[in-house]
Amino acid sequence: MKIDAFSSRDVSADTPVNYFTRDYSLRSWLFTRDHKRIGLLYLISITFFFSIAAIAAALMRWELLTPQGDLVVSDIYNRLFTLHGVLMVWFFLIPSIPAVLGNFILPLMIGARDVAFPRLNLASWYLFMTGGLLVLYAILIGGVDTGWTFYTPYSSVYSNGHVMLMASGVFIAGFSSIATGLNFIVTLHKLRAPGLTWFRLPLFAWSIYATSLILVLATPVLAITLLLIMLERFLGVGVFDPKLGGDPLLFQHLFWFYSHPAVYIMILPGMGVVSEIIACFSRKRIFGYRIAAIAILAIAALGFLVWGHHMFVSSQSVYAGVVFSLLSFLVSVPSAIKVFNWVATLHRASIRFDTPFLYALGFLALFTVGGLTGLFLATLAVDVHLHDTYFVIAHFHYIMVGGMVMAYMGGIHYWWPKISGRLYHEWLARISAVTIFIGFNLTFFPQFILGYLGMPRRFHIYPPEFQTLNIVSTSGAVVLAIGYTLPLFYLGWSLFFGPRAGSNPWDATGLEWTTPSPPAEHNFERTPVVTQEAYDYPDLSL
Amino acid sequence: MKPPSSIDASPYTDATQRSVAQHLGMWTFLATEILFFGGLFACYAIYRHTYPEAFAAGSARMDFWIGTLNTGVLLTSSLFMAFADHAVKLGRRETLRRCLAAVWLLGVIFLGLKFYEYHQKFVEHLVPGAGFHPDGGAAPPEQLFFVLYFAMTGLHALHMMIGLGVITWLFVRASRGTLTADRPAPVEMTGLYWHFVDCVWVFLYPLLYLVR
Repeated sequence: MKIDAFSSRDVSADTPVNYFTRDYSLRSWLFTRDHKRIGLLYLISITFFFSIAAIAAALMRWELLTPQGDLVVSDIYNRLFTLHGVLMVWFFLIPSIPAVLGNFILPLMIGARDVAFPRLNLASWYLFMTGGLLVLYAILIGGVDTGWTFYTPYSSVYSNGHVMLMASGVFIAGFSSIATGLNFIVTLHKLRAPGLTWFRLPLFAWSIYATSLILVLATPVLAITLLLIMLERFLGVGVFDPKLGGDPLLFQHLFWFYSHPAVYIMILPGMGVVSEIIACFSRKRIFGYRIAAIAILAIAALGFLVWGHHMFVSSQSVYAGVVFSLLSFLVSVPSAIKVFNWVATLHRASIRFDTPFLYALGFLALFTVGGLTGLFLATLAVDVHLHDTYFVIAHFHYIMVGGMVMAYMGGIHYWWPKISGRLYHEWLARISAVTIFIGFNLTFFPQFILGYLGMPRRFHIYPPEFQTLNIVSTSGAVVLAIGYTLPLFYLGWSLFFGPRAGSNPWDATGLEWTTPSPPAEHNFERTPVVTQEAYDYPDLSL
Repeated sequence: MKPPSSIDASPYTDATQRSVAQHLGMWTFLATEILFFGGLFACYAIYRHTYPEAFAAGSARMDFWIGTLNTGVLLTSSLFMAFADHAVKLGRRETLRRCLAAVWLLGVIFLGLKFYEYHQKFVEHLVPGAGFHPDGGAAPPEQLFFVLYFAMTGLHALHMMIGLGVITWLFVRASRGTLTADRPAPVEMTGLYWHFVDCVWVFLYPLLYLVR
């Protein structure tokens, strides 16, 4: 697809005043209530946190080049993986698609003027930054060595890290999640354009809705759990304290009651983005649209019932283990339905292999691998062997990086012309997409094998026979890093020198593409009226 | 020409849409609050199931009459909150002010009694930690009861204090006459929140004071 074929299709794209050019002052950004600007504030913030967490990952991979601990000692290594986990989970993955693309695109997509509570939306960014800066401060003054899971009694009694500070940072950021989720729920219920019924919503909107339900219902449980840890650390006694007859396992139950649904916070929005991209670039309605929408809700609901599969080798009862194992298998049903929906959409479609589509394809492949290996871990007996090995690391990185980050990158590339009003360099973007795919598999596929062979996670040293695969993994990380760095340059370049995008460069359906690029501050000149189903593409099937 | 600033722009097309959105937002917020307290209730349920005797012994050390009196005080304050909600819709400013004052006063009485109770627990060495030495000794799990007691009532008291702050703000607005019958949302929202805090106490009272 030629870039210049797209340029300036719509004269309104040249309208001088849009959400970005309206006011350049710092104040207008820091006090903005415009969902689009708040989305960009999040974009910049999470890119920053991602970079720091990525540096920690790079240091760990560097250390793991050799079996001996020659770069860092174990204590520093513990602090590195904790910092990597905390920042990546709470300060990159959870806000990634919801807070950046959800904020920017969702109101446009449903024909709304803004989210339901614009002031709360801005407050959520400030909460997020407060939490993030507290965590950064905790890292700077020495860090935390508990792992991102803060297991008791280590976190509450023995750890010499800055658990209080880091936990309070995560606690505060949790309220930003709740505010964002609440805003999206009310926005989707009450601010849809006339005629935009639930089953006319694009699947991205469905996925944001399901994600918001999880954000609103699971995050408070994490909040209270962290509060109990802080209480225990501060007072020296607490509800998880074995000396009093308290049960450290209860902490794990509460923690995973949040953190397993949080895994779905980290994948459902990705499924939404991929649905948009696949429909657009195969010029077809998503196969089985209704089932696809219901499957999203089913994943969100079932996700609340499977937390115990993180605890098969704890002292949880065997009976509970069996139930959690069966329920975990159940989640794979709606997940598989979604994969089949996408594949069936691609069947006999006339496909355009532009950058967003490459990311969507990458998502499809990697998510499938991640999902299938999840079944290994949901199997009780197999998990006893694989628990706390690199197999687990590889599995959840296939879901979170291979799935969510691929989808996030795909979404950024798909909506970049809308956000910036400019087109990026298509070939560079394709090269970076392929580089990321190759780098990712090189990094993480060897870890499946390492885990299967028994290499435990969270150690900076390992037996020498694992070195070859670790070298492959580390060199993959280098490729991955190049892939992630490229977009910073060509997307930044496009902001100033890219050709103008026009309002709808991909010829996509969806209300967001009916606005000029970049959109005006008030989104729509007049509220649109929807008369068509989602993905109303002309039938081009072969 | 510059378009009007976003500060004044509203996402709503009309007042009805605004009102239903605010209600849904508040109810959603209360759902998160239920799960926030829910973690503590889950801990309580599990430990009470594991250590029934220790929890009964801990509960026997509670001051039944203060707890009961406080339940009455808080339920009455909720009643006045409901009156306030009604008053603002009828446009009766003076009644609204009096009702809000009553809610506020009863809330302060509740907190006063609560902090008196905390003081009592301190004197009786019932505060968990190194100073936990109740009369006649106690089994270790009894301390769990008191950790939960302070955590649950403390979190509840924190919610009350936030509520009192909001009610003060409502009182000021009512005095200035900016709460009117056509925009009752601030009173309605605060009412929902206050009733929720009240409901939490309705569960806390039997769980903490009436275990036998």
